[in-house]
Amino acid sequence: MDAPVVAKDIKRTDLLQMYYYLRLTRTLEDRITALYRQGKIVGGVYTSNGMEAISVGYASALERDDIIAPFHRDMGAFLIRGITPGEVIAQYLGKRTGPTKGKDGNVHIGDLKRGVIGFVSHLADNLPVATGAALAFKLRGESRVVITNTGDGGTSRGDFHEAMNFAAVRKLPVVFFCNNNQYAYSTPLQLQMAIRDVADRAKAYGMPSEIVDGNDVAAVYLSAQRAIRKARAGDGPTFIECKTMRMHGHSEHDSAKYVPRELLEEWKKKDPIVKAELTLTQLGYANEATFREIEERAKKEVEAGVEFAEQSPLPEGPEALEGVFADEHEVKP
Amino acid sequence: MTTTAVGREVTYLEAISEALDEEMSRDERVFLMGEDIGPYGGAFRITEGFQKKYGEWRVLDTPLAESGFVGAAIGAAMMGMRPVVEMQFADFISCAFDQITEVAAKNHYRWGAAVPMVIRAPFGGGVHGGPFHSECPEGWFFHSPGLKLVAPSTPYDAKGLLKAAIRDPNPVIYFEHKFLYRRIKAVLPTEDYIVPIGKAEVKRGGTDISVITYGAMVHLALEAAEALMKEGISLEVVDLRTLMPLDKETVFESVRKTSKAIMLHEDNKTGGIGAEIAAQLAEECFDSLDGPILRIAAPDTPVPFSTPLEEYFLPKVSDIVNAARKLAAY
Repeated sequence: MDAPVVAKDIKRTDLLQMYYYLRLTRTLEDRITALYRQGKIVGGVYTSNGMEAISVGYASALERDDIIAPFHRDMGAFLIRGITPGEVIAQYLGKRTGPTKGKDGNVHIGDLKRGVIGFVSHLADNLPVATGAALAFKLRGESRVVITNTGDGGTSRGDFHEAMNFAAVRKLPVVFFCNNNQYAYSTPLQLQMAIRDVADRAKAYGMPSEIVDGNDVAAVYLSAQRAIRKARAGDGPTFIECKTMRMHGHSEHDSAKYVPRELLEEWKKKDPIVKAELTLTQLGYANEATFREIEERAKKEVEAGVEFAEQSPLPEGPEALEGVFADEHEVKP
Repeated sequence: MTTTAVGREVTYLEAISEALDEEMSRDERVFLMGEDIGPYGGAFRITEGFQKKYGEWRVLDTPLAESGFVGAAIGAAMMGMRPVVEMQFADFISCAFDQITEVAAKNHYRWGAAVPMVIRAPFGGGVHGGPFHSECPEGWFFHSPGLKLVAPSTPYDAKGLLKAAIRDPNPVIYFEHKFLYRRIKAVLPTEDYIVPIGKAEVKRGGTDISVITYGAMVHLALEAAEALMKEGISLEVVDLRTLMPLDKETVFESVRKTSKAIMLHEDNKTGGIGAEIAAQLAEECFDSLDGPILRIAAPDTPVPFSTPLEEYFLPKVSDIVNAARKLAAY
């Protein structure tokens, strides 16, 4: 279906808001990449370049009380949950004002007050954790849901299967997203699994699934909305495979020469930001002036974030010893 | 502690059961997950009748997937629940290793999310379990910052430590010794009590040699102490009860008094908890020592099945007696 046809069911303000977050994500990650190239960031830089529509789409469909357990290509979701560009950059720079106070780096951002379960590098580890959060909601009779995401590679891990199975058996209010960007680091999909669609994996667990265009924010949003509605109604989990392409290397140090250039050229035409602009234009919701105005707004916010992060203090060495154990008052009531 | 009313005599196993039952009644956030814990009541019958009392969702039978249900417990704990998961045998905890060491242990340190959960791990040999039903895996987790580890030796401690573990805001692995389940009994107080995490206990006072131990080995040490008394050697038996965080004060105080120390555990000798405590004693109590620090532990092999092999493998009272005689000569 054409993007505008799909998107007509979404309110103009919501769609514009999603466009803003696509822009903010792209601008922020481009800025972080630039900081990395300037040697200001130590450690890895993992971006969602070309895949921004997935986390922007799903996070836009959630309510405030819901929870996300994202992976490392979900910057849009962090921003929508209220993690600021300044905090993200501070985290990358190892500053005390980052969400982990320098204890962890890059996209390992978690904050329960804003409904974000921190990412663990071991891919798919947070899927069982997400089912557990959903189980807590079910036990307490709350109508909250959890969305979790992993890549195509992550779906080869046992934890993916254990989580999918448990969630399906117990009809837990969780939505499993898969960012199928066709490469797990350097390993292409066909060496990762003997199926063409990751969504086929869901069948084994008796779990309904959808395949969506991961570069179409409207399609992702609507798909998430359907799954969330079902989960909230007590009808159990859904698996959503988003087809997309990783446009950068696994991390910014990786030139990704193993990806055929033609493939990247082909996917460049499907850029999620270009796609969203086309949709908004065709629906008559916005024009070029709106896009430029939003782009400027995103740039300003990111620059303010850079300033905040650069001026923030680094932690002191002995702070490394703090926080191994929790105190009672830190437990969520 | 003042105990006015006297309860009935319970086994170590029943003490665990009572702790779970009382905590579930006291706090609706507490719920149980594990394999076959529902209608079946668990492989060792710890949760017999629990599902009838608390329902299918608070006594939740999981698929056979330790990593999956430990991960789920972490998620539920972060959302404000107090999950207690049962490993059918401590050996199977290896399937959940990643969730325990990478997610549960590091969450609070990394991003401040408390993970108040308990993993019950029935451990230890002497029950003809063989290599996959007898392990002492505590050493793996002893080396993983962010986890608390407890290992009770008596029904009193079993109940009190489990209650403390459930009320603790951190992930706690509760090592319950299978050999003790039905072999030891005690009359417990009827009122609510906990045994605080992080506190060792001198189970028998002595003047000549300190035996630092935990779990089922405590009883061997007590037996050895009784036998050695006739020879005029006085053993002090320190039951660690909590393995992490270690109660260094109690251990150091005992060794400073006796000036000699034996580390005793059922886990393999190399890299075991005894090795760490021996190193700490060397660092902190060197001036008080009048002899070498000795270790009595299982050899560095998997736990063998056949009776003579397992008997050879496990530390014995005679090992303690011989080590004590050797130390007494210094």
